[in-house]
Amino acid sequence: MIVFEEVVKRYPGGYTALAGVSFEIPAGELTVLSGHSGAGKSTLLKLIAAIERPTSGTVRISGQDVSGLRRRAIPYLRRNLGLVLQESRLLYDRNVFDNVMLPLVITGHPPRDAAKRVAAALDRVGLAGREREMPAGLSGGEQQRVAIARAIVNRPSILIADEPTAHLDTAYAAEIATLFKSFNAAGVTVLVSTHDDRLFARHQPRRIVLGKGLLIEAAA
Amino acid sequence: MINWFSLHLRAFALALRRLVAQPLGTLLSALVVGIALSLPAAGYLLLDNVASLARGVSGTPEISVFMAQDASATDIDSIEKRLRADGELAGYRHVPKDEALRQLEHSGLGDVLGGLTSNPLPDAFIVTPGSDDPAAYERLHARFAAWPGVAHVQLDSAWVKRLHALLGLGQSAVLLFAGLLGFALVIVTFNTIRLQILTQRHEIDVSRLLGATDPFIRRPFYWFGTLQGLLGGGVALATVWATVQALRGPVASLAETYGAVFTLSGPGLHESAAILGFAASLGWLGSAISVRRHLAERLT
Repeated sequence: MIVFEEVVKRYPGGYTALAGVSFEIPAGELTVLSGHSGAGKSTLLKLIAAIERPTSGTVRISGQDVSGLRRRAIPYLRRNLGLVLQESRLLYDRNVFDNVMLPLVITGHPPRDAAKRVAAALDRVGLAGREREMPAGLSGGEQQRVAIARAIVNRPSILIADEPTAHLDTAYAAEIATLFKSFNAAGVTVLVSTHDDRLFARHQPRRIVLGKGLLIEAAA
Repeated sequence: MINWFSLHLRAFALALRRLVAQPLGTLLSALVVGIALSLPAAGYLLLDNVASLARGVSGTPEISVFMAQDASATDIDSIEKRLRADGELAGYRHVPKDEALRQLEHSGLGDVLGGLTSNPLPDAFIVTPGSDDPAAYERLHARFAAWPGVAHVQLDSAWVKRLHALLGLGQSAVLLFAGLLGFALVIVTFNTIRLQILTQRHEIDVSRLLGATDPFIRRPFYWFGTLQGLLGGGVALATVWATVQALRGPVASLAETYGAVFTLSGPGLHESAAILGFAASLGWLGSAISVRRHLAERLT
């Protein structure tokens, strides 16, 4: 479960990205976070991943208060989250296999089991057999799929995606949306930010709408 | 424990790959570090060789205790007993006046001595002190001179003092030199790691987002610095070894002109291990400082 209680995030310089936001996302839900540019979507996701700290208020992930988490504990929080960012943020000097393998290397997974997990994750995103290819040789949609495979390879209980379809054409974007729904169907809590929530409409997600740092709508 | 070991192994392999990926940069850094380290290493070996040469040419310093011309056999026995009981001595040898005269005759002064009606030489004791500390020599000199029947005590401690002072000065200079050049090595590694961190910035950021801990990110940089130091140490060893090989012949010829047999010795196993260990430690130190300084702002 993801819980926000009166969360305020004010950046140095005075800009207020979130102005007292409260909501709850039950475990196993597919939630779409929408709003215009500058509404505070990315900030909200960064607070969940402890990339940013709230100025005030509380953020809880699976019962754990991450607002005041010690720096040393943050990596262990992130290992239980799958993160997909707007840009795929792949390592372009490594092939697809090594990119997807990275989270397992970080957690010190045994290589043989890790290789199986990487193959399974790539199969899940439709890139089986493309392990040896370099990211630069893939299309934007395929690169985003590699990033998604990397996010799920550790089998996280929560998957967070920040505008994963932003740079993709409609067909690719719809495929990605279907992929997130399939993860959710497998029991993963999925929170996806987008400024085009029509992409997910047919999956009937829970909706959180932000506007100028305020919660406009939070509906199942 | 196995996981810790495998993480270190991975970091080591990654650091090695980064070194191999930039052969020119690696070579240049190793040369800079190696040449910087070879100077104090060569200085240390030079001192070591000079000390052994001085010992070889001059032998162990001795004190000559000359008895009075009219010293009786009882006086000589008494001095010998005192020498035997002295705990500060490594040994002594009694040279009777007749033996001293014979030695003088054999040295080519037979004709001169033939004109003498009596033996002008006194009995003597050649004493070897137990320590090569100049202060001990002075102490023994004063003690022997006070004994009854002793006419003269000859101690050539000036050269011992000079040698000790010179070796001490040399050691201080080598230490100072090693400190300064070691500092340079730390700076070289610091800068290399800074550039590495800039180059790997994207990978560091991505790794952190995926749950990498601080030690996971730092480890490859520590290994990189240590390996770079080790390579530099290897270059320093090779430089010193090549220099010793090149100078060994001329130095032996020079020693021969002084009637000595001397072979310039290169770094042994202990010295080699010390040079490599010193270089690796400085490499690690440089990387540790750099990582602390430049990675801190990325580790949030």
